[in-house]
Amino acid sequence: MKLSELVKEMDLNVVTGEIARDCDISGVYMCDLLSRVMSRASEDGIWITVMAHVNIVAVAELVNLACIMVPEGIAVQQETIEKAKEENITIVSTGLTGYEAACRLHDLLD
Amino acid sequence: MAEKSGMHMEYDINKEDFNSAGEASSKVKKTLNMLGVDNKVIKRVAIAMYEAEINAFIHGGGGMAVADIYTDKIVIEISDHGKGIENLELAMQEGYSTASEEIRMMGFGAGMGLPNIKKNVDELDIRTGPGEGTDLKMTFKLN
Ligand SMILES: Nc1ncnc2c1ncn2[C@@H]1O[C@H](COP(=O)(O)OP(=O)(O)O)[C@@H](O)[C@H]1O
Ligand SMILES: [Mg+2]
Repeated sequence: MKLSELVKEMDLNVVTGEIARDCDISGVYMCDLLSRVMSRASEDGIWITVMAHVNIVAVAELVNLACIMVPEGIAVQQETIEKAKEENITIVSTGLTGYEAACRLHDLLD
Repeated sequence: MAEKSGMHMEYDINKEDFNSAGEASSKVKKTLNMLGVDNKVIKRVAIAMYEAEINAFIHGGGGMAVADIYTDKIVIEISDHGKGIENLELAMQEGYSTASEEIRMMGFGAGMGLPNIKKNVDELDIRTGPGEGTDLKMTFKLN
């Protein structure tokens, strides 16, 4: 499934304004430890994290993630949004918890 | 003798600018992409260099990143003039970290940096000691 389709299906809020790279989603990884994400998240994957500070952008860029997904409606710092736009990284947010979002993703991505 | 393909990059790791942490790694990654280096190698370089760069920020008080791209290898050197690593054997163990609570709250300090670096390089040369700063030289072979 393409990121754009997923945004529609899950009614996600694209906090960076638009989808920077509309790729086919390869998988999902949920973790807040940046070292784990660096080594375990896959290219074109979705990363679910409650971290919303600017340093998450470099991690997403280095791993070539499809997008960062912030759950529970957590506010993303303006600085993070600006940096993500600069680096062509998409950040989406949802009101669901990380677990709920992962369950939805499991159903949608099979 | 390794032949140089004319790529030498240097970046400042400025501890005052933590928001830019990872930028040197990102720039090197983009260059390797442009040069058409194998994706698997790029991923290994990105992981190892990022971990070393972050260490220079959070433990080393800032320093320098130097990348040299040859036809047969990539050499990345991250150095700082910080407090150095007291017990390297301990530091290389997964889970060991002296990172502050504040740093951990940001998702750093999992104690996986050095072990991840070790896993992803072909050669690793670490020069460090109490009060001597830290210098990591990482080599990645290109077929
Ligand atoms: N550049 C450095 N300068 C001083 N100490 C360092 C440096 N890099 C690593 N260390 C020490 O080694 C420990 C383990 O490093 P690492 O495996 O990257 O884990 P983490 O960074 O998550 O603490 C650090 O907590 C720190 O005590
Ligand atoms: Mg580290």
